[in-house]
Amino acid sequence: MQIPDIIRQIPLNYYIWFSTALFCIGIIGVLTRRNAIIIFMSVELMLNSVNLLLAAFSSYKSDPSGQIFVFFIMAVAAAEVAVGLAIIVMIYRNIQTIDVGLLNKLKW
Amino acid sequence: MSLITLIPLLPLLGFLINGIGFRHVPKSLAGIISTGAALASFACVLSLFFGFDGKPQIVSVFDWITVGKLNISMSFLIDQLSLLMLLIITGVGSLIHIYSIGYMSHDEGFGKFFAFLNLFLFFMLLLVMGSNYVVMFIGWEGVGLCSYLLIGFWNKNNNYGNAARKAFIMNRIGDLGFLLGIFLIITHFGSVEYADVLERVTDGGYASGDKTLFYITILLFVGAMGKSAQIPLYTWLPDAMAGPTPVSALIHAATMVTAGIYMIIRSNFMYSLAPDTLHIVAWVGTATAILAASIGLFQNDIKKVLAYSTVSQLGYMFMGLGVMAYSSSFFHVMTHAFFKALLFLGAGSVIHAMSDEQDIRKMGGLRKALPITFITFLIATIAISGIPPFAGFFSKDEILAHVFEHDKVMWGFAVFGSMMTSFYMFRLLFLTFFGEFRGTHEQEHHLHESPITMTAPLMILAVLSAAGGFFNLPHIFGGHASLAEFMAPLFAHSNVEHAAVDESLEKTLMIVSVIAALVSAGLAYVIYVGKKTIPVADEQVSGFQKVVYNKYYIDELYDKVFVKPITALSNFFSSVFEFLVIDLIVEGIGKLVKALSAEARLLQNGTTGYYIFAMVLSIAIIIIYSLKSFILG
Amino acid sequence: MLTISLILLPIIAGLITLTTKGENTKKVAAAFAFAELALGLFIYGSFVPDATTQFATSFDWIHSAGIKFSVGIDGISLILVCLTTLMVPFIILSTYGNDYKNAPTFYALILFMQAALIGVFTARDIFLFYFFFEAALIPVYFIAAIWGGENRIKVTFKFFVYTIFGSLFMLLALVYLYLQTPGIAHKSDFASIYEAAKMLDITQQSYIFGAFFIAFAIKMPLFPFHTWQPDTYVEAPTAGTMLLSGIMLKMGTYGLIRFVLPIVPAAVDKYGMIAVILSVIGIVYGSIIAIQQKDMKRLIAYSSFAHVGLMSAGIFSGNIDGIQGALIQMLAHGINVVGLFFIVEIIQQRTNSRELARLGGITQTTPNLTVYFIILMLGSVALPLTNGFVGEFLLLKGVYAYNAWVGAIAGLTIILGAVYMLRMVQKSMFGITSKITEGFTDLTFSEKAVLFPLSFMVIALGLAPNMFLKLTEPAVIQLLSIIK
Repeated sequence: MQIPDIIRQIPLNYYIWFSTALFCIGIIGVLTRRNAIIIFMSVELMLNSVNLLLAAFSSYKSDPSGQIFVFFIMAVAAAEVAVGLAIIVMIYRNIQTIDVGLLNKLKW
Repeated sequence: MSLITLIPLLPLLGFLINGIGFRHVPKSLAGIISTGAALASFACVLSLFFGFDGKPQIVSVFDWITVGKLNISMSFLIDQLSLLMLLIITGVGSLIHIYSIGYMSHDEGFGKFFAFLNLFLFFMLLLVMGSNYVVMFIGWEGVGLCSYLLIGFWNKNNNYGNAARKAFIMNRIGDLGFLLGIFLIITHFGSVEYADVLERVTDGGYASGDKTLFYITILLFVGAMGKSAQIPLYTWLPDAMAGPTPVSALIHAATMVTAGIYMIIRSNFMYSLAPDTLHIVAWVGTATAILAASIGLFQNDIKKVLAYSTVSQLGYMFMGLGVMAYSSSFFHVMTHAFFKALLFLGAGSVIHAMSDEQDIRKMGGLRKALPITFITFLIATIAISGIPPFAGFFSKDEILAHVFEHDKVMWGFAVFGSMMTSFYMFRLLFLTFFGEFRGTHEQEHHLHESPITMTAPLMILAVLSAAGGFFNLPHIFGGHASLAEFMAPLFAHSNVEHAAVDESLEKTLMIVSVIAALVSAGLAYVIYVGKKTIPVADEQVSGFQKVVYNKYYIDELYDKVFVKPITALSNFFSSVFEFLVIDLIVEGIGKLVKALSAEARLLQNGTTGYYIFAMVLSIAIIIIYSLKSFILG
Repeated sequence: MLTISLILLPIIAGLITLTTKGENTKKVAAAFAFAELALGLFIYGSFVPDATTQFATSFDWIHSAGIKFSVGIDGISLILVCLTTLMVPFIILSTYGNDYKNAPTFYALILFMQAALIGVFTARDIFLFYFFFEAALIPVYFIAAIWGGENRIKVTFKFFVYTIFGSLFMLLALVYLYLQTPGIAHKSDFASIYEAAKMLDITQQSYIFGAFFIAFAIKMPLFPFHTWQPDTYVEAPTAGTMLLSGIMLKMGTYGLIRFVLPIVPAAVDKYGMIAVILSVIGIVYGSIIAIQQKDMKRLIAYSSFAHVGLMSAGIFSGNIDGIQGALIQMLAHGINVVGLFFIVEIIQQRTNSRELARLGGITQTTPNLTVYFIILMLGSVALPLTNGFVGEFLLLKGVYAYNAWVGAIAGLTIILGAVYMLRMVQKSMFGITSKITEGFTDLTFSEKAVLFPLSFMVIALGLAPNMFLKLTEPAVIQLLSIIK
């Protein structure tokens, strides 16, 4: 099947580089930040970088299953946010902060 | 059921009745049942003996152990040797049963005692009747068990218990040798039946001095050392005197201890082809004869003297075996059974009269109070000392003549030993029956001749001790050596050279040994009757005499060399080695795991960022690893 | 079906026992154990003495993996099935003098244990074998850990971990063997495994030998893997000790005969000497330690350790005498050791002590106990015409045939055995009564009901060992033909 020209104007490589960059930003965010909300956002960023890549490949290959994946991931991410934010709220209520560095009770 | 199977079965039955019914069977009945069983066995043996036509007879009762090609059957062999042994065992055994009725009458374990005696007879009969080495081994260990039970009969006394244990364990040392000998026999001949082994040996063309036969015979001899109390395994026998006196007479004088001689005669066809073993047998016998006799010189316990005398006489028998004078040795087994049983029973009679006193220093002058005991004891003493025409003279002289032919030095030792024998026996006789009474008033008041159940066996045995020599009257006295002739078929395969000692030499030898015996008897008379010497109390013994009196400290030596180190080793193993070496390694492994886990758990520090970093790092490594060809090109 | 019912009956019995209360518990448990015994005797009676596997049943268990629930009895299994069915009723009877807390659980565990043991001895599939092998550990662990002595937790933990550790090596070997069978699905029944094992080269065999050896050496136990044993025997309640020493340690020797000899014969040939030497060291070492023990239970524990060393030496010598001797000795040792532990239990119940130094003179009031004690002791020291002699005679002959010197050293057991056993009998039974043994009462009826049959078996088996030797011989000969 033919891929529309409008899509082909941007080469696939760009998408890959862009997603990689987004993903790395996400990772760095997760690793360096101590605020739970920011970590959460970074995780979302990583997920979205993957989504972008999936969508891109899906278009280039004219294979819809990639885009179906994207919907799944978005749904799961939404659920995750719901649960995750609830946990974070609970943490805040308990220790008046959402600094994950202080959450080290679960050790040896 | 044939007569032959009945012989061991009757005492077994007696054992079961008295054993199971212990404390239920009335005393009067218990003695009768056991004695009846022994006598009935004796009757069976007699009828077999008189019906014996010279052909060995084998009765197989059942297959006992069958493994692969080896079949060990419970079967009995009746031939010249087993018949003679049977006669001695059931004959002397019956007499001792009768004697025990009187001797043990006041004991609360009366029924138990007779049960054990019957059990002993059963095993002893198995020992001599078995047609193969394993059945012999059953009897061999079985009599050891009975010996254990009877030595420790009065089990409240711990010393008796220790003596019993010592006997059992020393016997077991010998038994291990016997067992290994049996294995070697099975390995080489594929069977344990005497007949098969004999056939394989004669057909196998074994030369004299064959290595295999040497090992077999020496291992069997180790067994004999244990059972027949030869150096180095003799120390249990004197201690075994802890048992009731009839037991000492039956087991530790007349029958069980001669099992070793029986075994060697039974295997004579192998021994005759193993001159090295015979050499060892002869010298061990000689050494034992001298050593035991010398210890006997200074003992003051009436039974201990007799015990050492038994060890010494057994030494003579082995000496005879060692020079291939098998029938002479057996002759001595027979006469020894008579006079030594008589001596022990006489000693028992004395002890009975003296209210359990055994120290001869506290006796004396008993000949008036115990006339029958005295006369029978005197006869036995003369017999054992080798003074003609009593039984011991003939049998001992036969052995001495063979020994002289074989080795003059050994003969010298033997005569020296027989001088000592004569001395300590007469010393015992004089101290016990002559002189003044040295015991307490109470004992003196109590002195009495034993009841008829005890004196009757004494008299019968006295007759046998006096006349027993005529069973095998040598040619020079106009006899036919009928015992030797009867036994001759047993040695058909051993090339026994019949003593061709010329008559004048034989006579000279006899005269020498008789004079030697008489001289030492005279010496004993001078010292103990003439000078009325009484052996000094234990503490005052000194010098060389002290060493001898303490049995050359052999027991102490064994204690130091074997018992103590093993005990120490046991303690060391159980309290040190076990925990500090083996368990330390085992527990150490456990501790190592624990220690590692203590370190490893620190990785779980609880910091989320740290976990995530580890995760990312790991993922990165995995990705790089899986894409390494792509990256590196 | 017979074999399956042999395994199922104790399980059902155990479940029923769990529902009982009070005095009934003991009776129900004993009744079922005797029913099992009757079943065992029936199997003994209808067993045809040849080398085939009889009473076999087999159905799929894990189909896709080719694993079957396959059981059956051949001559080698038979003797151990007889041992198990014979001993358990007496072990249960022997507890009649005690009142255990949670008695239904206690008896149910014993019965479950029996089921697992029968399973081990009758399994004809390696995974089924492994399943039962481990399953047998669980009931005895609880018996020891719940009803044991003061130190029970530490000791049973060590025992459990130690034996599991060994079993894992066996599992490795079994899985490896399983993967050697042809086909994608593989097969795990004994016949296929034996077949597959023929292809193994010497290196493979050596590894498998090592794995099996560690597992069984710990189970039996052999020197130097024995340190769990004395402590566990001492701490476990006597019924547990009887199960452990009377039956469970035979799982190790059985495993040697069933797996090591036929599967890795070349490795046995190569390394057998090491195993035999370890076994013989165990005999002498155990016996010497036993000589100075103060606690009767510990003394018997070490004697058991010494005896099992001789069995394993006999098995590794790999000849008919050694294996037949080991089989008959497994039965004999089971009987003797259960009897001896029971006597210790009786003494402990009446005096509250097992310490030899504090006992003595018991025989004066107890003719019956003395007689049984002496008979069992004689069985244990291998006096001819007792069961122990047949076993030790054949074992020593086997080891002797393997190597004369090793045989001679192994023979020390008959001397040392007499030393420690006689010492124990003398110190406890003979001599003067001590403070605690005064007024020692003689056996009660239920105690006689245990000791009489056991003593009877000691002598019966000693008089007529052929009643078992004949049944096991074809199977052993077949086994040896695999080795050759």
